[in-house]
Amino acid sequence: MTNINMTVNGKAVSGDVPDETLLSEFLRENLRLTGTHVGCDTSQCGACVVHVDGKAIKSCSTLAVALEGADVTTIEGLANGGDLHPMQQAFNDNHGLQCGFCTPGMIMTSVDMVNRYKAEGKELTSDAIRDELEGNICRCTGYHNIVKSVEDAASKM
Amino acid sequence: MYPTKYTKAASIDDVLAALAAGEDAKLLAGGQTLLATMKQHLAAPSDLIDVRAIDGMSGVTTDGDTLVIGAATTHADVAGNADVQRLCPALASLAGGIGDPAVRYAGTIGGSIANNDPAADYPAGLLALGATIVTNTREIAADDFFEGLFTTALDEGEIITAVRVTAPAKAAYMKFRQPASLFALVGVCVADGAGGTRVAVTGAGEDGVFRHEGLEAALSGNWAAAATEGVSVDSDGLMSDMHGSADYRANLIKVLAKRAVDAS
Repeated sequence: MTNINMTVNGKAVSGDVPDETLLSEFLRENLRLTGTHVGCDTSQCGACVVHVDGKAIKSCSTLAVALEGADVTTIEGLANGGDLHPMQQAFNDNHGLQCGFCTPGMIMTSVDMVNRYKAEGKELTSDAIRDELEGNICRCTGYHNIVKSVEDAASKM
Repeated sequence: MYPTKYTKAASIDDVLAALAAGEDAKLLAGGQTLLATMKQHLAAPSDLIDVRAIDGMSGVTTDGDTLVIGAATTHADVAGNADVQRLCPALASLAGGIGDPAVRYAGTIGGSIANNDPAADYPAGLLALGATIVTNTREIAADDFFEGLFTTALDEGEIITAVRVTAPAKAAYMKFRQPASLFALVGVCVADGAGGTRVAVTGAGEDGVFRHEGLEAALSGNWAAAATEGVSVDSDGLMSDMHGSADYRANLIKVLAKRAVDAS
């Protein structure tokens, strides 16, 4: 067991975990933040994407013990009180989900994507959105409304 | 995942001590292959020694027209680095096309080449660019480094610390993606410069990344896609699987080599 300390959604958290604990397991099982989903066992689906120190990474492919002192944001940490994040609102407004299983990962990846494109001053075209979502798999909607949602949110972020 | 013991190394000496102490210790960088392999129970190292926090392991510096890329530099940092974009845009574009954005934020150049996956992108890039792999004990030319499937010239306890790439006159990397894995079904990197004319192929060889002498000879002194017309790419020694036959891959090598020359 190793004692780890990090900031999750703005709150200091700690826990004793076996070294092989993945960040996704720590978030879901220790902190009960079950908004981060685990959709595959092969690191391919992207449902588990969270932000670590501002970057969207797969929490199923990261050891919790490697993140001592890190700043983590999960889907639960995006909304500001009762106000949804513009990306969450856009997925709602544009029917960017059906079953919703992939949505937390889609939204965390998309927030990072929009922030990065804005920081670099690059245009986020619908082709670029599709490229950027390569690591997030949806098995319901066929992606059209997801791309629409990201375009909508990008105009409001 | 089977139990393991994690150590964050602060120095190369720390790594060597932890390697010696562990029964079956492995180095960990971005973990984008190793952790996935451990989740599948295909690897069960007794110890994981994280090399990312070692001073000087991450980041890009330049020495004239040579890039020195720390082994723990992520794909995203290589792709976004202004010096890499200026001196070797082919390498920036290669790094920016590995896996998906989340993988690029975590995966590292040292991890990729130490693993030497036969369908990985970096081995083709570094072999074509005539890169030098710097370790804690020596420097290894890319030609000598990539030995075969998941096999490199690294000795036990040898740690990659950096990769040196000298700016080519022209270079480009083109790949045809296997859409499920995002690895290269076939990838070809072409480079022309002080190191000569070099063409390296990933995703196709049964023994991993290799240079194609026929394409190199055709492009040497005549850097044009049309120069490759008369070259025949033999399918002997190429992989054949559910995603593509050896003949299909042989054809892709030529197609991608042409596209790469056009893009360079």
